[in-house]
Amino acid sequence: MALKTESFALNIGPLHPSTHGVFRMRAVLDGEVIANMEPVFGYLHRGIEKLAEERTYTGVIPLTDRLDYLASMSNNLAYVLAVEKLAEISAPERATYLRVILAELQRIASHLIAVGAFVNDCGAFFTPFLYMFREREKILDLFEMLSGQRLLYNYMRIGGFNQDIPDEFLPALQKFVSQMPGFIDEYDRLLAENEILLARTKGVGILPQDLAVNISASGPVLRASGVKWDIRKADPYCGYDRFEFDIPTGTAGDCYDRYRVRIEEMRQSLRIIEQAMKQLPSGAVKSTVPYLVRPPAGEAYAHIEAPKGELGFYLVSDNSIAPYRCHIRAPSLINLTALRDMTVGWKVADLIVIFGSIDITMGEVDR
Amino acid sequence: MKFEHFGTGIIKGLAVTLRHLFRKPITTQYPEQKLTTSRRARGNELVWDITKCTACGTCAKACPQGVIRIVTSAKPVENRYVVEKFEVDTGYCIFCGLCVEACPFQSLLMGYSYERAKYRRHEVVHTNEMLLPSAKRPASGYMYPKLAKALPPQTLLIERDEVKG
Repeated sequence: MALKTESFALNIGPLHPSTHGVFRMRAVLDGEVIANMEPVFGYLHRGIEKLAEERTYTGVIPLTDRLDYLASMSNNLAYVLAVEKLAEISAPERATYLRVILAELQRIASHLIAVGAFVNDCGAFFTPFLYMFREREKILDLFEMLSGQRLLYNYMRIGGFNQDIPDEFLPALQKFVSQMPGFIDEYDRLLAENEILLARTKGVGILPQDLAVNISASGPVLRASGVKWDIRKADPYCGYDRFEFDIPTGTAGDCYDRYRVRIEEMRQSLRIIEQAMKQLPSGAVKSTVPYLVRPPAGEAYAHIEAPKGELGFYLVSDNSIAPYRCHIRAPSLINLTALRDMTVGWKVADLIVIFGSIDITMGEVDR
Repeated sequence: MKFEHFGTGIIKGLAVTLRHLFRKPITTQYPEQKLTTSRRARGNELVWDITKCTACGTCAKACPQGVIRIVTSAKPVENRYVVEKFEVDTGYCIFCGLCVEACPFQSLLMGYSYERAKYRRHEVVHTNEMLLPSAKRPASGYMYPKLAKALPPQTLLIERDEVKG
């Protein structure tokens, strides 16, 4: 006798610990296997692009902190670069080097959370997560020393920084840079050969190379699929062409490769920080910029390699003190469009792992 | 599902956690022990130096949230305006510090303390005397390097932790 079966729709989220924010996945299940998956977002929509239209160019910087709240410094950098391009302002050399240092520190901090939360989703209950939080805390300490806050830095300004780094910053950074490789090795000993992690992630959630390019994925998600694309090399900004570093890529494009790429990127970031610290010139950290920036009418697009992928700001100016239009190309949102293709055919437990391996921040997806 | 190393990976991982057991704890038992915040901390409510303020309103214009409200009297005394009301609704404040940066007369500073829970909604609105500096409301060195030098150095977690290979 044939059993009568029917597919079952399962809502995961919007308030679920593994959705990293308020994100809802409507999964259609055939038994335990996912037959269809529909991402539903918009629960954290705050209208940041619209809010930016009624603030001065400087006043938008605190808003950009709240996009990808795990990588505020990178958001600041992308926005500030866009305004500098629009208003034809150039930052002093010292500020450029400092921006590189801070952006790379922020990449390490963001990847620590990405990897920690990812292995947490795999079932490593909070041990690796808290080990990684310990090191992230040290980076946050450094950022707090510079900007006065731990999460929403608001440190970069159009044309440089609002204040120079304190004297105690560089020794502390040196200490961090010398310690961090040891900790990354420790994560490797803890996780890289762990049988359970390998079984849960190897060959799971494969994103084929052509699909990754077609959906215009970026960041570690794209590089894990074997595409050697990094804006720091492809379209250097802030003088990234002066530093020596490699672009780690994966081969299979599965969850394990995405995890490996992030770990390797942390090592490369440390390399860049070391070089930038050696070359750091003295001088001013801010060029002379009028209090109210009034760029000439026109448009500009600046993009950076944020921890999660290509973060771009498109600004249109009508020669007033506020942007006429501010569009944000958020890497999380675009990487998320691959979720359906990656999850269909896998089981519910794998859905959580695959979703965790994309590394999204809802603040950036919904804006 | 395929196992690759037959348990050696897990043993390696457990060795890491075992070694972690003998490390010094780096956590702080918060309400009893407290860490020192950054010298540039952007904490608590603003600290307002009434003697330097000329009521120019630059801070109010710089505020992206529109939190600061200034009322001046119509008759200027000694060739300067008199502030009748300087009001900060800290419920809307995002602590970005742009007002402190904008102030041309160094009369506005960020606060240094950080515990800001209140029992009543109206208590988050701060007016005039409530914003003046006092022993309970110290100012931080945000944008003022000389003030920052006088504050105690920040506790850094990096000083407490060593990696053991």
